[in-house]
Amino acid sequence: MREDLLQDEKVIIFQLKAEEFAIPVQQVGSIERMQSITRVPGTSDFVKGVINLRGVVTPIIDLRIRLNIEARDYSDSTRIIIVEINNMEVGLIVDSANDVIDIPKSSIEPAPEIVGAVNNDYIKGVAKLENRLLILLDLSKVLLSDELSELKELEG
Amino acid sequence: MEMSQYLDVFIDESTEHLEVLYNQVLELEKNPKDKSIIEEIFRAAHTLKGMSATMGFEDLANLTHQLENVFDEIRNEKINVDANLIDILFEAVDHLNAMVEDISNSGNGTRDVNDIVSQLIAIVSGEKHDKLNEKSSNESNLQYITNLDEFEISILNESQDRGFSNYEIYVELNEDCLLKGARVFMVFDVLEKHGEVIKSDPPVTQLEEEDFQNSFTVILVSKHSSDEISEKIKKVSEINRVSVNPFALSQYIERKHEEELVHTQSEQAATVETPSQKEEKQSKGASSKTIRVNIERLDILMNLFEELVIDRGRLEQIAADLNSHDLHETVERMSRVSSDLQSIILTMRMVPIDQVFSRFPRMIRKLARDLDKKIDIEIIGAETELDRTVIDEIGDPLVHLLRNAVDHGIEMPEERKKKGKPETGTIMLEAYHSGNHVFIEIKDDGAGIDKEKVINKALTNGVISSDDVETLTDQQVFELILESGFSTADTISDISGRGVGLDVVKNTIESLGGHITIDSEKEKGSTFSIQLPLTLSIISVLLVEVQNEKYAIPLSSIIETAIIHKDQLLSAHNNKVIDFRGKVVPLAFLDDILQVPDESVEGGSDYVSIVIVKKGDKLAGLVVDSFIGQQEVVLKSLGDYLGDTFAISGATILGDGEVALIIDSNALVK
Repeated sequence: MREDLLQDEKVIIFQLKAEEFAIPVQQVGSIERMQSITRVPGTSDFVKGVINLRGVVTPIIDLRIRLNIEARDYSDSTRIIIVEINNMEVGLIVDSANDVIDIPKSSIEPAPEIVGAVNNDYIKGVAKLENRLLILLDLSKVLLSDELSELKELEG
Repeated sequence: MEMSQYLDVFIDESTEHLEVLYNQVLELEKNPKDKSIIEEIFRAAHTLKGMSATMGFEDLANLTHQLENVFDEIRNEKINVDANLIDILFEAVDHLNAMVEDISNSGNGTRDVNDIVSQLIAIVSGEKHDKLNEKSSNESNLQYITNLDEFEISILNESQDRGFSNYEIYVELNEDCLLKGARVFMVFDVLEKHGEVIKSDPPVTQLEEEDFQNSFTVILVSKHSSDEISEKIKKVSEINRVSVNPFALSQYIERKHEEELVHTQSEQAATVETPSQKEEKQSKGASSKTIRVNIERLDILMNLFEELVIDRGRLEQIAADLNSHDLHETVERMSRVSSDLQSIILTMRMVPIDQVFSRFPRMIRKLARDLDKKIDIEIIGAETELDRTVIDEIGDPLVHLLRNAVDHGIEMPEERKKKGKPETGTIMLEAYHSGNHVFIEIKDDGAGIDKEKVINKALTNGVISSDDVETLTDQQVFELILESGFSTADTISDISGRGVGLDVVKNTIESLGGHITIDSEKEKGSTFSIQLPLTLSIISVLLVEVQNEKYAIPLSSIIETAIIHKDQLLSAHNNKVIDFRGKVVPLAFLDDILQVPDESVEGGSDYVSIVIVKKGDKLAGLVVDSFIGQQEVVLKSLGDYLGDTFAISGATILGDGEVALIIDSNALVK
């Protein structure tokens, strides 16, 4: 993570509500269209279930619910971004994903105290680009941290 | 030379040879006089030595070399086989094993083997002293050289007639000798001044290329005395040891004949066949039937096939939807071929359980010796085959159970005598197929499980409450020892640990989709019986529908399905039950348990569909909305992220590409 911050970062941009988020392209396996999701009982509300991703059963997280943004019905532009963190493949449901750009390291700043509705814990930093503001998500926090252990306890 | 490409082969073959060593040494203990066993050991040790020297694993080669010397002495009946010797041999083989393991874990295979090497040398040299004394009365038969051809034999014969002496000369160079080739040349120079070298082992060309360990043996025809020759050779520097012994041709030929009788009984030809030829024949016979395939490739093949199974399901569905006759026929043919393919791939992944069992005899032997108990192990059905994934997992639980049987099951010899049992206890390890399952039984003729003791212990440890005691069946009592926090041995021993072992056994077996049951009779012994599925990756399931969701229930846990009128549902303590063939079976409503969103109209039907599942001898009825049908599916894990989900053991991909969850009915039976 820290080394990434020292260089230009190639990121994938996706949208949730009105905000634009960015995740490093190395962490992204693929971007999929919305498809039918099989619900898995006994999991947190943000875990939507599992999909068949070319023969691999892959869990899916609704990022809106995860980041406490109000839920919205899925549309044609809804995408599932498959990310790989700590050898786990997980799909993230986002409103739309439409850009890959390079962020110069100089434009990345630490997260300000308050950025929109998203809990600061999940934010690695923000990048200012011309007239865009990109929020860099810390995926390992989104997927793991104490929430997962809490989740496991609930399931256990 | 680049060796890494040979490394895999080296590791595979070394493991095989070590296995032979272990097994044959065990056999040797039982039949110390059996020449064929020693020959086999010798061959394995020799090959191992050669391979490891070529690959540059010095410690491995060194230890194998010493081991080989000991076996050589045994072969020539210089050393008597006793329990102590076998212990040392096992220890040596253990060291070898550790080194090979180290190499396979990309280590460099170095290990401090000085201790065991010196022990081995002590064995050999100790006996050597005896032999030296013997030598005057009895012509020595110290024979390192084993492959004389007819021509050489005739020369040796002739030289004897002409008053020359035949000597076998063993020369060992210093270990740190740098110019081995030069030393060899000097030794040969000396030898050729004193007589004629008839044979050398390894051959002269190899010696010149320094392609040998520290020692070599030559046969020399000479008129000089052995002492004189020995003195002359010792003048060459960097020579560690020289022994010059008369070479007894008569004995050599005799022994050759014996060997031949053992190896080629069918062959009546009187010609002297060299061992290298014989070995060639044997290895040809063994190698032509099988090829070695990397297990990873088999896994990849399996994964690809799983994809195929999923697509096959999809095609079947498309064909049914389109109602095209041609497509239908093609798909049907494809299904047939792919189910043949499936059974072949599955059998390809099957390995005999012998892989796991084979290490047990020596483990039991060691444990028994450590505890001063006398125990025989009997293995039945080692050829029974299981999927590799199961084999990989089942080893540890079996070790636990066997240790438990040795430690807690079999009594001390005196105690057994008092009870009127034979002093030597027997542990029987049996594996067999039955239906879609493999059973493994561990039976001992020990003290059996003390019911009272188990109950008391369970009470004090809080595993059960005093109210439970009355209602427990014998089997349930025995199975208490599989709960965590339980150990019936009064003293904690190293062997079976601190009562943390057996619950691990139970968990492992259940995670493999198996069961373990215990049967025991006081003073007669106990039987631990493990039931395992044949394969873990493709299973037969019953697909059911709960509201709009599809779930799969493994057929292996289903007893039957039933459709029951609502009036027949009974209530007991607020739980719904049914009367099923005279038994009260509790019901589990899957839509509640799985929190299925309620979408259909309530009370649409007067009948409920029930799947009766079992766990051990307990039953439960799973209430579903409808049955879809039976299907072969590929078991997929939900992945690390979702980890253990209650009542779900995995997922599978259906013909339409949808994911269906597989119900873990064990979690639902209480």
